[in-house]
Parts: sequence; structure tokens; C-alpha cells
Amino acid sequence: MKTRDLIKALEADTARPRLASGIIWPLAGGAAVLVAAVVFFATIGPRSDIGDAMETVRVQFKFVYTLALAASALPIVLASARPGSSPWHLAPWLLAAPLLLAGAVATELIAVPSQEWAVRLIGKNWFYCMMLIPLIGIGPLAIILATLRHGAPTRPIFSGAVAGLLASGLAATFYAAHCTDDSPLFVAVWYTIGFAVLTGLGALGGRLFLRW
Amino acid sequence: MSSVTGKDEDDLSRLLRAAVAGDERAYADFLHRIAARVRGFARRKIVKGGIDAEDVVQETLLAIHLKRHTWRTDAPVLPWVYAIARFKLIDAFRRRGQRIELEIGDFVETLAAPQPAEAASERDVTRALDGLSPGQRSVVSAISVEGRSIGETARHLGMSETAVRVALHRGLSAIAKRFGRN
Repeated sequence: MKTRDLIKALEADTARPRLASGIIWPLAGGAAVLVAAVVFFATIGPRSDIGDAMETVRVQFKFVYTLALAASALPIVLASARPGSSPWHLAPWLLAAPLLLAGAVATELIAVPSQEWAVRLIGKNWFYCMMLIPLIGIGPLAIILATLRHGAPTRPIFSGAVAGLLASGLAATFYAAHCTDDSPLFVAVWYTIGFAVLTGLGALGGRLFLRW
Repeated sequence: MSSVTGKDEDDLSRLLRAAVAGDERAYADFLHRIAARVRGFARRKIVKGGIDAEDVVQETLLAIHLKRHTWRTDAPVLPWVYAIARFKLIDAFRRRGQRIELEIGDFVETLAAPQPAEAASERDVTRALDGLSPGQRSVVSAISVEGRSIGETARHLGMSETAVRVALHRGLSAIAKRFGRN
């Protein structure tokens, strides 16, 4: 087909996307939170002493950390779906969560005698933590990747990886309400492994599904 | 960026805004001007051969069309266009097993050098239309190659206008998908 003929066809095609960009991301966000919540409550649910636990600084920190991760990844995911809107100036925000965590780990090492470090780091739930964060996050990750397909990510692997970080932050926020290992030492090791799994899956999903 | 490019940017943004609001004339004008720019960009980048610059132009136009909702009407339009063109060009190289690095600075000089003339070789009409269902093919070729309007095509093929519109949109989406595979 000649290019000028193609242009005639494009000009005549006035069909709009069924869902406007302004509404699709809020819908996807709601669906992602809902799916994570369903998996969370159907499998593990919150710890029995969640009310008292929320008053301790270590538990509060877990939520600050996981929400900071999600909040820093979200605008980058959104920007990366639009060609030409460079997400790089937002990338430094991704350091916020790791820096918060580094500060918390340093504080914990000062506050707790060294013979207790290993016990706190290994905790009781390390295996569940590694498994459940990806399990809760995989549904939201699929929803975010599907929504990215509606956009036009010009760096599919990067978009997928950041989508994995966003799903990680969301999944870990739920998981943190269940897990009784509250030390930043535990969070720094076992949460991070779960995040790495979701980020890797996101990058792979980006490579496989975000071609357009 | 030169003032010529700045004026072009303003013109093109205005055209695409009008197009988004439903002005088909403005949309055709926009697409022709973008085609000329992307042609200059692709011809300059394809030095080794094996890739037809006009394929990259058509693939980029299809992508621009199908992804036009990702342009924010208050954002500059050329960075958006060139990000899509670069993505499609890299994709074309990737499919042929070649790797290419394109820096943003690379296309600044091509901004001023649009190439309005299509390659002299007659593009193979059947190639792009091959993968379509018979119904889609007759609708797309009536509107593109034969230059009929939606209404004329509907009467000519004995279909409703809505059915013509649906077949046209699905046909174009199918052509865009096919480009990515071969």
C-alpha cells in the first residue's frame, strides 16, 4: 500500500479507544488493590494483634517503606506509557524507599544488641515472606502490564520492571499487616527477595507482552 | 531548536489537536507532514539496507494513529512522534537481527529535512492487505487505494456505515500487528 493511501484509511478511521486514558489507570489501580486484597484475605489475612501492633514504630515503618516504594514507582509507570515523556527525571524518587530502609537498618543495629541481630534478621516467617509477596503481587502485576498495553511504552522491559516494583510495594503493604517479623533487618532481606522476583517477572512480562 | 522547527512544532500540535477534535482534513495534513519527517529520519538511519524506509514510515503512522490517545494535548508533539518513530525503527532493526543505538540528539538535524517524496518503487498493495479477512480487505482497499468515503464504501459493498467503520478499524489494527511479525 502506498503511504498516501494508508493516510486516507487512517483519516477515515475515527474510532476512539473504548476507555479514555484518564479513566483506565484509576480503574486499573482499583482492580489491582482489590485483587491483592482478595488474595491476602483468602490466604493469610492480618495478624491477630494488628491494632496493638500498629502502635509500634517498627510496624509503622514497614508501611511507610512499602507505601514509599509504591508511590515512587507509580508516576514512573505512568510516564513510561507515554512516548517522549522521559521518566528519567522521576527515577531518583526510586531511591527514597531504599534510603528509608537503610536508615531504619542503621537505627536497628544501634538500638539492638549485636547478639540479637541474627534472630531478628532470620525471624520466623522468612519462607512465607519470600513466597507470599510474589503471590499477592502477581495479580496486580498482570493488571498493570495489561494497562500498559493500552498505552505505548517505548522501553518495554524498563516499564515492566517498574511495574514489578509498583506491584511489590502494593503486595508488601498487605503482607506487612500479616507478618509478625517487624525488624528492619528482616524487611531488608526477605522483602527484598520478594521484590526482586516481582521486578524480574515484570521485566520478563514487559519483554513478552509490551510489544506494539 | 531553530525557530523553523518551533513554528513547525506549533503548527503540528495545532493540527493534531484539531484532528483529535474530529477535523479529518487537519488529521490528513498532520499525517502527511509527519510522514515526510519520519521518511527523512528513517532514510538517514538506514544505511546498511535490508530495511525499507517506507515500511518504517507506514508502521510509525499506524502506531501514531492507534496510540494517539497517549499524546497529551498540552505536550509538544514532535518528541512524541520521534519517540514512536525511534521505537519502530529499532524494532525493524531488531527483527532483522541488527542492533542500533539511537540517541535523541541524532534526529535533531533531520528535524529540518523532511522528505515529502515517497520512494519511486511501487509499494506492493497486496502485502499490507494480505493478512486481512476478505471483508476487512475490501473495506480497507476501497477507502485507501480506491479513495472512497465511508458512505460510498458502504453503498458499494452493501454494508452499513457502522460495519464499514468497524471493519476499517479492525483491519488497520491487524495491519499494525502484522508489521511487527514479519
